[in-house]
Amino acid sequence: MRGRPYDEMLDAGGSPRPHCRHYCDWLNEQAPERLVQKRAEADALFHRLGITFAVYGENAGTERLIPFDIVPRILPAHEWKQLEAGIKQRVRALNAFVADIYHDQEILKAGIIPAEQILGNVQYRAEMRGITVPGGIYAHISGIDIVRDDDGRFCVLEDNLRVPSGVSYMLENRKMMMRLFPEFFARHAVEPVEHYPDVLLENLKSVAPAGATDPTVVLLTPGAYNSAYFEHAFLAQQMGIELVEGQDLFVRDDIVYMRTTRGPKRVDVVYRRIDDDFLDPQAFRADSTLGVPGLLKAYRAGHVTIANAIGTGVADDKSIYPYVPEMVRFYLSEEPLVANVQTWLLRRPEERAHVLDNLPDLVVKEVHGAGGYGMLIGPASTRAQIEDFRARIKAHPERYIAQPTLALSTSPTFVESGLAPRHIDLRPFVLSGREITVVPGGLTRVALRDGSLVVNSSQGGGTKDTWVLGA
Amino acid sequence: MLSRTADHLYWMSRYLERAENMARMIDAHHRLSLLPRAPEAVLQGWQATLVSLGMDDLFLEQHATLTPLAAFDFLAFDREHSGSILRCVRAARENARAVRGTITSDMWETLNTTYLESHAFNSSMPESGRGEFIEWVKYRAHLTRGVTSGTLLRDEALYFSRIGTFIERADNTTRLLEARWRDPGGRGERLLAEASEWAVLLRAMSAFEIYRRVCRDSVNPTRVTEMLLMRDDLPQGVHRCLDELQANLTAVANDQSAETLRRVGELHAQFHYGRFEELCAGGIPVFLDRFQAKLRDLGARISKDFLASSDGQ
Repeated sequence: MRGRPYDEMLDAGGSPRPHCRHYCDWLNEQAPERLVQKRAEADALFHRLGITFAVYGENAGTERLIPFDIVPRILPAHEWKQLEAGIKQRVRALNAFVADIYHDQEILKAGIIPAEQILGNVQYRAEMRGITVPGGIYAHISGIDIVRDDDGRFCVLEDNLRVPSGVSYMLENRKMMMRLFPEFFARHAVEPVEHYPDVLLENLKSVAPAGATDPTVVLLTPGAYNSAYFEHAFLAQQMGIELVEGQDLFVRDDIVYMRTTRGPKRVDVVYRRIDDDFLDPQAFRADSTLGVPGLLKAYRAGHVTIANAIGTGVADDKSIYPYVPEMVRFYLSEEPLVANVQTWLLRRPEERAHVLDNLPDLVVKEVHGAGGYGMLIGPASTRAQIEDFRARIKAHPERYIAQPTLALSTSPTFVESGLAPRHIDLRPFVLSGREITVVPGGLTRVALRDGSLVVNSSQGGGTKDTWVLGA
Repeated sequence: MLSRTADHLYWMSRYLERAENMARMIDAHHRLSLLPRAPEAVLQGWQATLVSLGMDDLFLEQHATLTPLAAFDFLAFDREHSGSILRCVRAARENARAVRGTITSDMWETLNTTYLESHAFNSSMPESGRGEFIEWVKYRAHLTRGVTSGTLLRDEALYFSRIGTFIERADNTTRLLEARWRDPGGRGERLLAEASEWAVLLRAMSAFEIYRRVCRDSVNPTRVTEMLLMRDDLPQGVHRCLDELQANLTAVANDQSAETLRRVGELHAQFHYGRFEELCAGGIPVFLDRFQAKLRDLGARISKDFLASSDGQ
């Protein structure tokens, strides 16, 4: 049905692509035992460093390693340059879109997106109407998920504008590779990624409320049992800012303070890693114990900056995703530089009919789902699973979208039986401040099971270091 | 510093110190069991230890009879109650994990490795391997202290960590003494036999050579007790712990801590200016009991003044 997927390292004839030649030569010289030993070394180090994630649903507090593959994913300079331009363009448009829908709603007036799609969306926060955020920036940190289509072209699979995670693995993977294979970095110009925390801190300070001369930035975490806790602690440490939980903050007279051993200290910028729903029990979910009562009021009063802004979820919703290319044209008057994956909206009767006729070939996703849960991968599903999804779609078509089953590109990966191709994707991290910065590369996730297309760490995915080669 | 961060640092150090002292306590029994003592005496010794730790009832809930092996396993390996060494190691690591952004990477890796290695120990180990476990606990505690003192910035993080260490150590040293004094065979009536038993206690606390050096005397219960309480140059000594507590509490003093500082000063003055004979005039166990109550009060006040999430409203 489908041809062989695009391989990142080898061309159709099985020879190394030009930009991978050096690496492949080096790899071929390595004794297999050395690679086995290096992998064991990496595992031991990750354990000792405690670079783990918590697994939900099993024993609470269970910690696991995210499997790390010692074969990097390598991007040549010219390919990265194009991709980077496309991602920056996309993030500019998404940011303009969020600003617009909470102010003049020009895009709705122009009829480009049906108003009820936005205003009726659960991720739309009416509380944000008319609020001006510092610098006009809503998505300070975005993760744009990139895959290759069958022809090897990059396209965007998903935007993450709420609390995208994974950047700590990008940074730790690089550190690990430099520790394991220093000889390689000495010989090759691999673009560095270590400056990510510096850029992030600079950006967060730059969006502090007016009047804060030496702004205090904190990172708000749900706590040590959150699956991404390692990342929260890591980023706070790298930036030299306090890692706070909701209970460490309080609001008095619309000003946010943290509780310190020397009394209350004012907080200017909150880099939050908690979803909107849990941020403020007075404004959103009343049962949330993770948030800070009164935070929204302080935010609306302009006394604190929240990053990412509240209400960005409406822009990365899967039902809004199909409109992003239109946003690029509408706000920037430019043609999109990276394409979307073809997407059918199941609330549209004619598209629904097409999808229902072709379910075994398609991927169906829940509009609000995340983490690889709540999706159907047609070719990998049983008849019963497909029928189950068919019934669910018919009951609530507006909750689903469908896409063709992408081949996803593969990369040689070190598995039990040796090197074998495994499917991968890429999440570059985009930082928006006075300017937009994309740290070269990003996080490459790899589906370690043979043939699997699911790269999520919660479902058996691993990660690789991502190298952008110098020009 | 965040109050919660200070709280985690304080408890991280307390649990680590507790794990080490539990190991020393068990070690003392292990060494005692090598002396020619009647089996009843050995059991009475364990009983006294459980009482001084406040765990005698809990032990009897789970075990029909007291045996040295059951007591060892209960205090060392039992994951069902929070007082065992393995649980203390885990609690120290959990607290460290909550503040891994504040402590140094070296500290975190040391504590995390200790926790990971602790999985190798359990009650199915052969008896001969148990001494190794005790040595391992002591070694990891030494290592953690060294890494802390070698890498941590001299600021509040270190002060709160040390406050936790020394309040716990003062508590543990007095418990060790109390257990020995409560041991029916340990009241100064069988001088020769007791000399070797108290020497065992000193060895378990790594204080035997020091005793010889500073006391220049044969081992007797009162002199050992006096040394462990009154000397300010002995790291395990209660006086020394109070020196450290007072200094570190002074370094973190805030608007509401004046009364706590006064109390630690008062307690310290007893040891600094008091006479051992007068302090213990009412009996050594009575003094130890009262002292522990004062330490508990101090602990509660430290929590309230520095560690509780108070918003000053």
